[in-house]
Amino acid sequence: MSTYSVSDTTAAAAPRAAVTFSNLSGSYGVGLAASLAWLAFGASCLYWPDVGDWSRTSSLGIGAIVIAVFILFGTLSADYLGSAGQALRKRAPWLLAFGALVTLWEVATAKFAWLPLPFFPPPQSILEVYTDDLPRLLDSVFASIKLQLGGYIIGATVGFVTGVSIGWSQKIGYWVHPVLRFIGPLPATAWLPIAFFTFPSSWSASTFLIALATGFPVTVLTWSGVASVSSAYYDVARTLGAKPSFLVLKVAIPAALPHVFVGLFMGLGSSFAVLVVAEMIGVKAGLGWYLQWAQGWAAYANMYAALIVMSLLCSGAITLLFRTRDHLLVWQKGVVKW
Amino acid sequence: MVVQSTAEAITYPAVGAELDIEGVSHAFDIDGATLPVLDNVNLAIAPGEFVALLGPSGCGKSTLLRLVAGLENPRSGSLREDEVRITGPHPSRVVVFQDPTLFPWRTVWDNVALGLEAQGILKTQRHRVDAVLELVGLSSFRNAYPHQLSGGMAQRVALARALVNDPKILVLDEPLGKLDSLTRIAMQSELVALWQRKGFTTLLVTHDVEEALVLANRVIVLSDRPARIKADIAVGRPYPRHRGDPYLAELRKQILGLLGLEATW
Ligand SMILES: Nc1ncnc2c1ncn2[C@@H]1O[C@H](COP(=O)(O)OP(=O)(O)O)[C@@H](O)[C@H]1O
Ligand SMILES: [Mg+2]
Repeated sequence: MSTYSVSDTTAAAAPRAAVTFSNLSGSYGVGLAASLAWLAFGASCLYWPDVGDWSRTSSLGIGAIVIAVFILFGTLSADYLGSAGQALRKRAPWLLAFGALVTLWEVATAKFAWLPLPFFPPPQSILEVYTDDLPRLLDSVFASIKLQLGGYIIGATVGFVTGVSIGWSQKIGYWVHPVLRFIGPLPATAWLPIAFFTFPSSWSASTFLIALATGFPVTVLTWSGVASVSSAYYDVARTLGAKPSFLVLKVAIPAALPHVFVGLFMGLGSSFAVLVVAEMIGVKAGLGWYLQWAQGWAAYANMYAALIVMSLLCSGAITLLFRTRDHLLVWQKGVVKW
Repeated sequence: MVVQSTAEAITYPAVGAELDIEGVSHAFDIDGATLPVLDNVNLAIAPGEFVALLGPSGCGKSTLLRLVAGLENPRSGSLREDEVRITGPHPSRVVVFQDPTLFPWRTVWDNVALGLEAQGILKTQRHRVDAVLELVGLSSFRNAYPHQLSGGMAQRVALARALVNDPKILVLDEPLGKLDSLTRIAMQSELVALWQRKGFTTLLVTHDVEEALVLANRVIVLSDRPARIKADIAVGRPYPRHRGDPYLAELRKQILGLLGLEATW
């Protein structure tokens, strides 16, 4: 049974005693240092005059101190907070590094202006973007998500179906394979000029381009996945009475799924690139457009703010994809943790 | 049908089928050349008989089994199951291969259920899966994935996956070939017990002369490729058989001689 039991009850450690001197340097030390770093950040905002005129400096300072207090109490009571406490302890070094970094950033920009303004805005001006330009930023986020999601779903679906078809049927492969070889390797952005005047709207053109960027890797990897399924699986299924539809749906597709997810992952990456370019050039909405617009007005804080949001969204999308994969491919051992 | 106990549920009077192999020859085309693999094989197997095939490696044993399973059609000659010509696979003739070839994305239970699912009768026949898992002693592993199983367990799952279909002919292609010798001996007895209980016709390929003699009613010795039948030896001993039996030892010597291996005796 040992290979099969998955419960790991021994991991729950017994609560430890209160803070002692020796564990100040160990499990508590890093957390306390992180708290101090955020406190320093907050204090520098609140008690050190800015070289420029920024309206959110004190809100940022208060926010930083709230974070510092959270880290402090979290660290001291980590043993009683269960998994949240463990998570905090695990991330304490990162919290420390991040706190130190923002403090440095604050000092280097708002206090000494070591970095040239306005190209390197201080943290408070980015906070200002999030509070004062929120509606426009949210609109852009929704526009981007809508465009990306539509194009990605279409591209992934078409790519998956095409990949299964050419992996399964030689006749379909005969016709589709040359087309795929000819069109697939072309970067989807190369179609931009044509797409924008052949499609009725820039939105449909961009959806097409995103679908194209997604579809190619998904098709190729699904195809190779289906083609590489061992014939022994088909033999087993056939002797057990399986019909062709069963062989496709219950043998070929599940066996190819790990490959399909690699294709979906690659497609996601290349479709992000297309999304941003399409938004910058054609679609007058979305985060790509927001970046373009901010650059036009020399609103550098807005650019950084949008970049941060964009990065969170892309990372979130990939996390979602990996979660889905982990859920569907639990039977695989040693899958990469994202 | 009233289900009394789980094990009882699958023992129905599934008497084995008769298998006739008549004048079967087969060949493969490799790079334009023709490789003859089977040469006029004639073999009549009675319902419920346990026949073992022995022959040098690469002589065409697996190929013959694939023809019986209906995975391929012979170049000439015919194979018949209960007087009906075999033209394709059918769940009444199930193969257990040397590699368990379990589907890694399916749990043990789902692997065993494969045949019933493929035939579209799983919904009403779920108890058969439970019963056969009980039979091979793997009920507690029903939710495990294949990568969590040992070699012997995986092969038992493969056996269960075949048995759940109540085959009339069970085709075994060196099913125990990769197991360690202890697991192997244990599974040989299990196999005999299953066969006696269910009465299916069994065709077993093995490279182990002793295994053939402990298990089979008849041992067929094949020649080098292209395979012809070299000898057809009846093993007239009741079960359970004992490995040390001098009668079996004598047969073993004789078979090794037919295989050109006197020197190892
Ligand atoms: N699908 C195939 N295509 C070409 N040659 C094959 C194929 N299957 C088997 N052979 C050849 O036929 C011969 C017999 O193979 P096989 O029946 O697997 O032998 P064995 O008796 O060891 O089971 C071997 O030489 C093998 O290379
Ligand atoms: Mg073989």
